[in-house]
Amino acid sequence: MLAPIIQTENLCHVYSEGTPFEHAALKDVNFAAEKGEFIGIIGHTGSGKSTLVQHLNGLLKPTSGRVLFEGEDIHSSRETTRRIRFRVGLVFQYPEYQLFEETVYKDIAFGPKNMKLSEAEIDRRVRDAARFAGIPEEFLDKSPFELSGGQKRRAAIAGVIAMQPDVLILDEPTAGLDPKGREEIIANITDYHKARNSTIIFITHSMEDIARLADRLVVFNDGQIAMDGTPREVFSRAGELSQIGLDVPAVTRVMKRLRELGLDVDESCFTIEQAEASILRLKEGGVSGHA
Amino acid sequence: MLKDITLGQYFPGDTVIHSLDPRTKLIMTVVYIVVLFIAGSWVSYGLVAAFLVLCVALSKIRLKTILSGLKPLILIMVLTGILNLFYQKGERLLVDWWIFHIYLEGIVKAFFMITRILLLITGTLLLTYTTAPIRLTDGLESLMNPLKKLRVPVHELAMMMSIALRFIPTLIEETDKIMSAQKARGADFDSGGLMRKAKSLLPLLIPLFVGAFRRADELAVAMESRCYHGGQGRTRMKQLVMSARDWTALSAGALLTAAVITLDAFGL
Repeated sequence: MLAPIIQTENLCHVYSEGTPFEHAALKDVNFAAEKGEFIGIIGHTGSGKSTLVQHLNGLLKPTSGRVLFEGEDIHSSRETTRRIRFRVGLVFQYPEYQLFEETVYKDIAFGPKNMKLSEAEIDRRVRDAARFAGIPEEFLDKSPFELSGGQKRRAAIAGVIAMQPDVLILDEPTAGLDPKGREEIIANITDYHKARNSTIIFITHSMEDIARLADRLVVFNDGQIAMDGTPREVFSRAGELSQIGLDVPAVTRVMKRLRELGLDVDESCFTIEQAEASILRLKEGGVSGHA
Repeated sequence: MLKDITLGQYFPGDTVIHSLDPRTKLIMTVVYIVVLFIAGSWVSYGLVAAFLVLCVALSKIRLKTILSGLKPLILIMVLTGILNLFYQKGERLLVDWWIFHIYLEGIVKAFFMITRILLLITGTLLLTYTTAPIRLTDGLESLMNPLKKLRVPVHELAMMMSIALRFIPTLIEETDKIMSAQKARGADFDSGGLMRKAKSLLPLLIPLFVGAFRRADELAVAMESRCYHGGQGRTRMKQLVMSARDWTALSAGALLTAAVITLDAFGL
C-alpha cells in the first residue's frame, strides 16, 4: 500500500489546559487516509470528530503528537502550515454563515486569491468549482446573501473546492437542508471525488448517507477511535454502536428484525439496493442463504 | 483561543456577599465610592480599606483573582503616581535636578492617589466578581424604577443590557468559528501593515455582523411568539427580596459613611 496522504501520530488535544475547564478532546488518535479514499467519520456530539479535522489542516495545534501530510509534519514551519492549508480543504458546519463578498464569484475566488494564483487561473478555478458545486453561471454575479439556503451552502462549498484540495474535509455538509438539497450536495461531492480522485473525509450524523458513500468508516467515541472498517464491518456491530449513542441505517435494522422473525436474509445490508437483492434472492431461491 | 477570555468575570459562590441582593450591592458600591472620595486622612483611609478587606474576605474571592483584575490598570496607576509625584508642590524639596523637583508632599500625594485607585477598582471588582450579570441588571432596573415616572424606558434599557450580556459569549464563539473558516481558505489575520490588517478583517466582520442581525431577528420573533411586550405588568420568576442581611449590610455602609465624615471633621 502507498504511504497515507494524511495521518496523525498519537494525536492528543486538550482544550483550556490548566484551567478548571480543562477537557481532553482527543486521546492518542492514530488516523490515516489514503489518496482517493472516501472516509466517513461518525460519532456523537463532542466525541472529537470536529477537533480531529481541525488538526488535519493545521487550524488547531496538537497538545502532543504529530499530523503528517505526505510524510511531512504540517507544523514544521509557518509556511508549511499555510501551504498545506490549501491542500487540505475544510468545509465547516453551516459554511454559508461565512460568506462575505459582494458577489458569489468573488467569494469563491477568496481562497484561490490567497494562493496568489494568476487572474486567468483564478477565473478557471472559480468556474470549475461553481460547476462542481452545482451553481449556475448566472448566479456568480449575484450577492451571496440573495441566494436560498441550499444555494448558499453550495457557494460556500465551492469556495473550498476552488482551492482544488487533495484532501476535502466536510463537517456535516447536509445538516439543516431539505431532502432535495441534501441529495444535490452529496451528488456534487461524489462528482468531485470521482473527477479529481481526491481524498474525501465526510463527517455526518446520517447513517443512511454515509453507508452508501464511504469506502471506510471511522467511529469516534470519547476522543478515541472506537471502530475503523468498511461500512459492512462497522454496521454489523450494531450493539456496540448503540452503546456509544449511534445507530445503524434503518435498512440494517429492518433486515435484522426480519432475521429475528426467522427469514434467512443478510442482516449486514446497509443500502436499499443490497437489501432488495437479498430479499429477492430469498424469494427466488427459497432457503438458499446469504450474499 | 478567544473563548479563554473571561468576560462578565462572575465567579459563582454561596458566601454572604454573593447572596446579598444586587440592589444592596449596587447601593453599597456607590456609597463606598463616595466615602472613598470624602476620606481625606490616613486614618479614614485605613477604615475604608479595612472595610474592603473584610468584604473581600467574606466573599472568599482569591487574592490572585483580584490581582489579575487589577493588572490592566497598572499603567493608569503608575501614570497617576508619576504625575502626582512631579506636580505636587510642597515645602520639603527632596530632589532638585534639571526640570525635576520632587517634594516629600509629592511622594505622599502619589501614594495617596495610587491607594485611592487601588481601593476604588478592588471595590467595584468585588461587585462584578460576586454578582451574576443578569442579577446586576435586574438590580439596576429595580433601582431605576422611579425614573419610569419621567418616561425613561427603564425596563427596555435593562432588557437590552441583559441581552447584550447574554450574547457576548455567543458572539465570541461565532468569531472564533468564522476566523477558523476563513483561515481554512488561506485568510491571514496577523501579518501585513495596518491597512492590510484592517482589510483582512473584512472577511471576519461582515459575516459576524450579518450573523448578529440574523440572531437579533430570530430572538425578536422568539420573544414575540412568547407574547413579550415590554415591562408592563411583567412579573419575575426570581423576585428581588431584601432580607435581614441586606439591611445589616446597608447599616454597615451608613455607619462607615458616618465614621469617615466624623473622622474628617476632626481632621484626623
